[in-house]
Formats: sequence, C-alpha cells, structure tokens
Amino acid sequence: MKLAYWPGCVSRGFTTELHGSMALTAEALGIELVTLDRANCCGAGVIAEHNQELADTLNARTFALAQQTGLSMMNICSTCQGAQSECQERLDADAAYRAHINESLSGEGLEYRKDADGFTNKNFLWLLVEDYGLDELAGKVKRPLSGLRVGPFYGCYVLRPKTRLGYDEHPDRDLYLERVIEVLGGEIVDYDGARRCCGFPVITMNRETSLRQTGTHVGDALDAGADCLVTPCPLCHLNLDMQQPEAAKVVGRDLGLAVLHLPQLVGLALGFEPGQLGMPKHIASTVAVEDRIAALA
Amino acid sequence: MASYTLKVRRYQPEAEEDGRRGAYWETFDVELDPTLSVLDGLLQARDGSDGTLSVRCSCRAAICGSCGMKINGQSTLACKTRIGEAAAEAARISGADASGPLISPPAEKELADGDGAPGPGTESAGNEPIVIEPMGNQPVIKDLVTDMESTHWKKFRRVTPWLLPSGPPPEREHIVPPESMVDVTQSVACIQCGACVSACLSMEADPEFIGPAALAKAYRFVGDPRDGQTTERLYDLANDPHGIYDCTHCFACVDVCPKGVAPMNQIMRLRRLAGHDHDIHDVNNGRNHELGFVKIIERKGTLDESLLLQESYAPGVKGKLLPRAASIKGLLQSIPTAIRGIRTGKMRSLPKLIPGVHPKLPGDAQDHVKAIYDRAEESRIQLNLYVIGEGGEEDQAAEAVEPESVSEEPSAT
Ligand code: SF4
Ligand code: SF4
Ligand code: SF4
Ligand code: SF4
Ligand code: FES
Repeated sequence: MKLAYWPGCVSRGFTTELHGSMALTAEALGIELVTLDRANCCGAGVIAEHNQELADTLNARTFALAQQTGLSMMNICSTCQGAQSECQERLDADAAYRAHINESLSGEGLEYRKDADGFTNKNFLWLLVEDYGLDELAGKVKRPLSGLRVGPFYGCYVLRPKTRLGYDEHPDRDLYLERVIEVLGGEIVDYDGARRCCGFPVITMNRETSLRQTGTHVGDALDAGADCLVTPCPLCHLNLDMQQPEAAKVVGRDLGLAVLHLPQLVGLALGFEPGQLGMPKHIASTVAVEDRIAALA
Repeated sequence: MASYTLKVRRYQPEAEEDGRRGAYWETFDVELDPTLSVLDGLLQARDGSDGTLSVRCSCRAAICGSCGMKINGQSTLACKTRIGEAAAEAARISGADASGPLISPPAEKELADGDGAPGPGTESAGNEPIVIEPMGNQPVIKDLVTDMESTHWKKFRRVTPWLLPSGPPPEREHIVPPESMVDVTQSVACIQCGACVSACLSMEADPEFIGPAALAKAYRFVGDPRDGQTTERLYDLANDPHGIYDCTHCFACVDVCPKGVAPMNQIMRLRRLAGHDHDIHDVNNGRNHELGFVKIIERKGTLDESLLLQESYAPGVKGKLLPRAASIKGLLQSIPTAIRGIRTGKMRSLPKLIPGVHPKLPGDAQDHVKAIYDRAEESRIQLNLYVIGEGGEEDQAAEAVEPESVSEEPSAT
C-alpha cells in the first residue's frame, strides 16, 4: 500500500512524537508514505472562517499535489480531515467554482480534478479499517495489549457532520477506534467523553470553556477505569495531554491520564517500545502504560 | 407491524418531593409499523401503559418544534425519527457499546440502576431498546419535557431577534437585492426546537454560552440589509465572553438540526463579518487569533504554534510594545504549559518558542502560496451549498453559479 502523505503541521511542531511513531508504524505495517513536503496547512477551519475561498484554494493545492503523485492521500489528524473534507465538498459541488480555484493553481502547474482515478483523502484510522483491513492488522500484532484499558477519543472532525464525512457509505466510522482497540488486544473503556469535543479551538479565546471540556472528559475516563486514552487527532492531544495539568485546575480535581496518539497504540501492539514511539515526551505521564507493556513482554 | 422496546428516561418531581427517587429508567413495549415515528411509539406507551408519561408534541410533522428529545443519544425530533430506523441504530451502536448510547448524559451512570430499571424478562424479542431521554443542557420539568425558558428563550431574546431598521420607514416597501434575502433563508428555517441547544458541547462546559439557535437567529438580522444596527450587533456578539468566540466548532448543532439551519456555519459567518468586514478587535482575542493564523500560513505555509500564541495575544510590533492587559494575562497563562513542554522534550528546545525559526515551505512553494493569498483575498467568493445544493449535477451547477456573483457576503451596512 502506497499513499501520498500529509502529516499536518502539529505533528511536526508540538507533537513530533506523532510524526515519528507514524513513520515507524507505517513501515512495520508495510505502508509506504510519500510525504507531500510542498503542501500547506489545511487552515484548521480558521482560514475558512477568515476567507472561505482562500481555505478552499489552499486545500485544492494540497489535493492537486497529491493527485500529481497518482496516489490517494492520507492524513493523520481529525482536524485536517474535517477542514479538508469541508473544502473538498465545496470544490466538488460546483464546476465553475472549481475552474475559478484551479486558475489560482495554474501558476504552479497544478490542477485539482474531481474524482480523479478514485482519489480519496482519508485519515490513518479510516484507512486502517477500510483499506488496510482489520484482519491484516490482526496478523501483524506481535504483542496483544491484554489488560490495557483504553478509552477512545475521536475528535469532532472525524465524526461530524455525518453527511459530509462519508457516513452514508461508511456508517460505522464512529465505531472504528473501538474496533482497532479490540483487534490490538486492548480493553475498550466506555466513558462519556469519547465523541465529545476536547475544546481546543477556543483555548486562546475562552480558556475556561476549553479546559473544562478537556478536564471533564479526562476525569470521566479515569472514573471509568481507563489506563489511557487514544486519539487520532494531534490537536485533541494538545488539549487532552499538554493542557491536562491546567485542565485539572479548572475542574478542581487530580487528573493524570496518559493520552496516546493512534500510531503509538498500534506501534505498541506491533512490538515497538514506548521510548521508540516518543511516549516520554508527553506531558501526562505514560509510566503506568509503560509498566503494563513491560509486564506483557 | 413490529414490536419495539423503548427505554425511557423518566423524571417525576413529585416523587422527589416525598423523598423517593425522581429519576429512573423505564421500558415500554410497543407495537407499530416501522415507518411510524418514535413519537407514535411514545404516545402508544402513554395511552396503553402509563398515562403519566409526559411528552411535548403538537404537529407530528416536524413543523412546530415541540418534540425535541434525545434518541439513542442524538438530539432530534421524535416525530421525524422513524421507529424502525431508531431500532436499527440502537442495534448498531450497541455492538461496540453495550451500556448505552454513544453520547450519554453525564448523570446516566449513577442512575442507570435506579428503581424501575428494566428487570429480567422485560426485553422484547431480540430488539435492542431504543434509548429515549429528555434534551440535554436544559432542566427537566417532567419526563421528556424540558424547561426551554432559561436555556433557549432567554438567550434568544438576548440577541434582539427583531429588525432594527435605521431612519424613517420607506414610503412603500424596503427594496433589497433578492440574493441578500436568499442568504438569510437558512437561518429563517429554524423552528426553535432546541435540538442544537441540547447537543451543544460548548454549552455543556459553559451554560452561559449564547448558543447555536440564538446565534443563528442573530445572523438572520445581521445579514438582513434592512437592519440598521449591524455593527452594534456584531460588536456586542464578538465582545461577549459567551458570544461567537465561545463556540468550539464541534459541528454537533450542524449534525442534529432537523431543518438544515447549520447554526455553526452562521456563527462562522458572524465571525467573518465581525473580524474581516468590520475589523472588530474583540476582548476575547478572536480576531487576533484569526489574523495571526492567517498571516503565519501566508509567510510560512505551515503552522508555527509559538508564533501563533504571540500573534494572537500581542499582534505585530505595536502589540508587543503596548500589550493590553488581556494579552498579558493570556501569554502568562500559557507559560506553565510551555515550560512543561520543554522539560519533557515535547518542544524540542527553547528555539521552538522563538518565533522566526520555523521553516518556510521548500523551494518556490511559499511563493505560490503567497500568490494564492493575493488572488483569494481579492475575490473572496463564498460558495453557499445551502443555496446551490450539494454535489449537484455539474452542468446545472455550472449554470447556476457565476463565480463573481455567487453568494458573496452581503455588504453589511
Ligand atoms: S489541522 Fe493542524 S495539523 Fe492539520 S494542517 Fe491544520 S494546523 Fe496543520
Ligand atoms: S476534539 Fe477538539 S481538536 Fe479534536 S477535532 Fe474536535 S475540536 Fe478539534
Ligand atoms: S459548533 Fe458551536 S454552537 Fe454548534 S454545537 Fe458546537 S459549540 Fe455549540
Ligand atoms: S437551529 Fe435547528 S436545531 Fe436549532 S432550534 Fe433551530 S431548528 Fe432546532
Ligand atoms: S410534534 Fe411538532 S415537530 Fe415534532
């Protein structure tokens, strides 16, 4: 399996452990990634809020760069998925608009083509389940994560709005994390926050609202007995992990729950060590998870 | 005809008054055609099993907005939800989550085993129960009836939901361009059911948040060319700490709205108008955050978080020389997080925090990004899929849309 790969900005900035663990995991799974190093930020919805046409053109550029490789595209961020799907929906809805946008890309010799050779843009989670296959994944598991209690945390942008995010064709996309956890041998923790919002988009605008959301979800997962959370979204990770100590102050309770990126959880089951996957870089201690993994070995 | 099990969240205030438990789960078995609604099922349960079961409804045709509730965790209209489909959804989600709906209210756990919980033998033939609860974010009056006054109507009035024209009324009617009225049709479609309020994830964290329905209504008047208070309205909504910048962009309201109002999209348009068109620099740093983000991508192509933090709190040279109190507070609050990051090696080193070291895109890529900016900032087309329809036929759509004239933002005056 070979894919054009958009790593996103955050995975190369604040969450470098995501970029690193994705590279290791992909190789072990036999997925070849061609990084789109000329591609630009998806705008995370903020650029669209400023100027819709600008966001649409920037993402059309990324799609066009991917299409140039003749490959489908993979991202590793719920927010990229949401922001890019939103732009793609508008680009695909209207030929005249698309032509206008493509004019802006022509200077670079690029063109976004609707439905070009079955082109898709999917995040790692969707690819893993829909294209790679859970049976295939099961066959690669070297160290089943027996007894590891994992709470799924999706991130809004791979859940909503359903009409835009391909739920007609793939109605179970809101259950994939649970399926992956199961295949990796872990135990699913049922808690209230799994499909709620981490609050990240308003961290600089209403800190209290933002951190209360994160603090509540982490607290609920702890109460439900989780050893860790797993998320396919690095922006969720910023709030759930990096801001966790601040969130604890806002909700007025002790927290302290490891938050893993999806490729890290997969990587652990493939036999990589927590250190290789960058887990010590997290803010919320991953020691409890590391101890459990050590006990499995 | 088919049989269904309804698992209903009940609440009886009078029971609580004499010391019994007021809230509990109760299951009802009903029999009806799969194409009938969940509301029909509830009414059958009320008529056949328990006359005290309280439900609010009127039109039974998704028009009046009375029957908002949560079905399998999703806020929706009970009269618009087919019972057969609700049962299928209940079965689908129970596969991964045997203990209840995908999004369950925080109170569920401690009460799930309360009196009246389904006893053995009450499940009907292999049917996964359809879980029915009152709307969220609203106080429950009785069973499925919530108090919408404090959480919906009060906020609705908060946005002054009527026209405030300027100057004396015209001799005859107001003449407005038809596109500008088409532009507000989406927010006019609201039937005040409260489903979006029930689902709003910001409101869960901040009950003071003005919320999706009221803000969508605010856009209805901000976008109306006859209104004379556009700037004042925007200034007010941008500077309220519980206003347009308190929405976390979670799409919950977009997903649940039975009328396609997409409240979040209206909130984003309010932001675009307040920020770009009226250049309102709000106390919540919304405008600065947006500008900071947009500028960084123009210069670097990818996001530089440390720069974003600085730019949103203290933009440009002037902001750094003359920072405002709110900016200083914001920057100070972010310091503990940054220091923890340096300690664990998350932020590779101190330079990560110094703006300017984040690399641009390679080769001439950055110049091309810049060129995209120049052109898009010039034309600023806003394609409105509510108006043109999603994924319409190519040719049809091509006809319907002339790029230059497509629903551009109505010039707000
Ligand atoms: S969502 Fe985040 S990671 Fe993805 S491109 Fe945008 S800023 Fe970068
Ligand atoms: S949970 Fe937060 S960061 Fe994650 S996708 Fe939703 S809004 Fe974005
Ligand atoms: S998008 Fe905003 S208004 Fe809509 S539900 Fe989410 S937080 Fe509430
Ligand atoms: S916006 Fe939609 S969900 Fe919200 S009150 Fe109006 S009709 Fe109901
Ligand atoms: S009964 Fe009127 S909307 Fe459902």
